[in-house]
Amino acid sequence: MALDIAAVRQIAFLARIKVPDAELESLAKELSHIIGWVEQLNEVETEGVQPIYSVSEMTLYQREDKVTDGDCRGKVLANAPDRVGGFFAVPKVVE
Amino acid sequence: MAYVIEGETGKWEVVCGLEVHAQVVSQAKLFSGSSTAFGAEPNTQVSLVDAAMPGMLPVINAYCIEQAVRTGLGLKAKINLFSVFDRKNYFYADLPQGYQISQLYHPIVGEGAVTIDLPDGTSKDIGIERLHMEQDAGKSMHDQDPRRSFIDLNRSGVCLMEIVGKPDIRSPEEAGLYLRKLRSIFRYLGTCDGNMEEGSMRADVNVSVRKVGEQGYRTRAELKNLNSVRFVMQAIEVEANRQVDLYESGGTVVQETRLFDSARGETRPMRRKEFAHDYRYFPDPDLLPVELTQEYVEKIRCGLPELPDEKKERFIAEFGLTPYDAGVLVASKRASEYFETVARGRDPKQAASWITTTLYAVLNDKGLEIDQSPVSAENLGRLLDLIADGTISNRLAKDVFFLMVDTGKDPAAIVEEKGMRQVSDTGAIEKIIDDLIAGNAKQVEQFRAGNEKVKGWFVGQIMRATQGKANPAVVNELLVTKLKG
Repeated sequence: MALDIAAVRQIAFLARIKVPDAELESLAKELSHIIGWVEQLNEVETEGVQPIYSVSEMTLYQREDKVTDGDCRGKVLANAPDRVGGFFAVPKVVE
Repeated sequence: MAYVIEGETGKWEVVCGLEVHAQVVSQAKLFSGSSTAFGAEPNTQVSLVDAAMPGMLPVINAYCIEQAVRTGLGLKAKINLFSVFDRKNYFYADLPQGYQISQLYHPIVGEGAVTIDLPDGTSKDIGIERLHMEQDAGKSMHDQDPRRSFIDLNRSGVCLMEIVGKPDIRSPEEAGLYLRKLRSIFRYLGTCDGNMEEGSMRADVNVSVRKVGEQGYRTRAELKNLNSVRFVMQAIEVEANRQVDLYESGGTVVQETRLFDSARGETRPMRRKEFAHDYRYFPDPDLLPVELTQEYVEKIRCGLPELPDEKKERFIAEFGLTPYDAGVLVASKRASEYFETVARGRDPKQAASWITTTLYAVLNDKGLEIDQSPVSAENLGRLLDLIADGTISNRLAKDVFFLMVDTGKDPAAIVEEKGMRQVSDTGAIEKIIDDLIAGNAKQVEQFRAGNEKVKGWFVGQIMRATQGKANPAVVNELLVTKLKG
């Protein structure tokens, strides 16, 4: 599968990454190469093979329903560029 | 009766499917140990996991899984022993991870159904497509500052169940009944408190219309984040009418997300273009699949309480209630418990009638829930006992009841205190009748001439003389005998 410039522009927008128009074409080429490389996996015969979700021999670890965390507003807000009272403050989101 | 919109080109019907977000009742969040309690100071119930600090990993809360399975069983749905968490990617200021952990491809619960009771006495099944678990986002406040929005992450990471219904709903009324029934099931199960004002239950509604008799579905619009049953019903009505007008004026409906403005009574498109439906879902690499055993599911099934549908059947079979009364009483678990306390060892139909008419009128009037009732179930039961043993008449019982509402006292104490005991003493009543007959020869003659209505006048006089305390049955019997001479 080859990605065209429009697809790359859309992906960049969805990921909120600013890509100058001049770089779109070379980026499209690079990304298409990567996809082509991964696509080689399609050549492997997987008929009748169950999909796996993890290579580790583990089952999902579960926690008890107990309050063990939180109450650390200072830490949570420490890196916020802007705050008001106990809130994060961000550029206004227009509904 | 079918809900139909009369257009200029013919009759239209509405097709609705609801997606309900229900906040799971748990102490801690879905993937962190922060508290889920409502109403705390902003950002005080946030861990570094909920704030999506780099390197933090989600660890699932076992009880949230149990609650989802319990809800699935309550919806008579298929429980999937294998389910997987996916990332739903989008950017928004109250979503610090940049994605919501949800379940798209392998939800924990599959198809089920919710039965609603329609006012005409019939019932209808609304299909459930699926139920999946996901994280809630934080809360944004846009009206506190001219240039900034404020973000509180206390709700971020709380476990939600999204219940996706099939497009089986055909009227605003059915949508309302469906939501109320879901809420009732959640409350019986204790899996969601169903409190729409606090946002612990919210609904998105998909609405389309089609000509009556038409097969297939037309394009739908999605109405987001409706937080009351009333708004859901109003929004469907408004949106369905908008679509009919649009089609009839030559336009077409576009698939889009719209907001319902309850103040203006209209829906309008959302402007948030970034909500273009391109969420690039993929399995969350931080989490392994949820694998359950059939034994685990059966253990939860065995612990299920009696649910509203079963309880309704039992009330009809065991107590001989009408389906309507039974339906009203089981709608709330507490009302059903109240009823059972009153009905035990007494006349259940009489108990049901007192609760659903007299008591409910008082509660509605005062804006109280049944567990806040000024008259306890025990005291209402004692009142019925006083009627049954002839101490008070039904009419006096109403007066005693309203005194109970005002004072919260035991009915026997009120009857004693106010001297409201019914007069069944035939001697005393006979004396009054004799005096009346002696003093009102004209009325006696009228009665004997065949004017039955005059009897009512005599009854009124006797009741007045006894301040309403004469036993009506005794009065009737004695009066007729004596009038006939």
